[in-house]
Amino acid sequence: MADTQSKELKVREKQEVASPAEQTMPGLVFTPAVDIFEREKEITLLADMPGVKADDLTIDLRDNTLTLSADIAPVDNTNEEEVLIEYETGRYYRQFTLGELINQENIDAKLNDGVLRLTLPKVEKATPKKITVKTG
Amino acid sequence: MIYRRFFNVPTYRIRSPWEELHRMRQQLDQMFDDTPSQRASAGVFPLINLTEDKDNYYVRAELPGVKSDELDIQVTGNNLAISGERKIAAQEDARYHRREREAGTFSRIVGLPGEVDTDKVEARLENGILSIVVSKAEIAKPKQISVS
Repeated sequence: MADTQSKELKVREKQEVASPAEQTMPGLVFTPAVDIFEREKEITLLADMPGVKADDLTIDLRDNTLTLSADIAPVDNTNEEEVLIEYETGRYYRQFTLGELINQENIDAKLNDGVLRLTLPKVEKATPKKITVKTG
Repeated sequence: MIYRRFFNVPTYRIRSPWEELHRMRQQLDQMFDDTPSQRASAGVFPLINLTEDKDNYYVRAELPGVKSDELDIQVTGNNLAISGERKIAAQEDARYHRREREAGTFSRIVGLPGEVDTDKVEARLENGILSIVVSKAEIAKPKQISVS
């Protein structure tokens, strides 16, 4: 993957959430960009959520639906005048349906430099046990 | 002006036929909203927000997953150069379901509108947000004149 590592990053507009449900809170809601990859034992999700602190993040998993939602602390710039505004800030929201059974107790979430790393371990399938029948 | 706003729409992925209508409605709402949205983006990564008060310029950019030692910030004259690299470790033996995050290098020069004091620049990277405070030069600061 050496060639993709050195390419120039292009601007990508933040994607606003189309409309999960009617919003009651004012403000914009964005869809975080994610990477999801699967290994034999677990599913890992990485999500870009700049400006989110660990306390503001809610991860909810029920009935195979994983919901990520995060509030951001508003930037304290009330006495500053805007010169150039290229991006807007707002909450984050995204939902996924998981195909695998997840071991809910061992879910691990880490937030580092605005990137969430969520590890969802799969439920170990009951391994068939061979029973030997003794004679005699 | 109105036509400009209409055709200047960036391309979005259209998921449903109603989404485009929804977006148009939002844009109409934005037009009649009197929030100053000077979205004259230069189209260079990273996108920045530049604000000022009477002493400083504030430059903010969203750089999730970028470490402070992978970031290079320089001030020359009244130009602020931000460059660096965003690295994402490739997962060789894993099966990808989604791959939306991108890695790569970036570099951007922001021209600040006034003279700055190049010795007084502070940069912080917190929760994936870079914020740089650049002090305005003494001559560029507004002077309060009292009326006697």
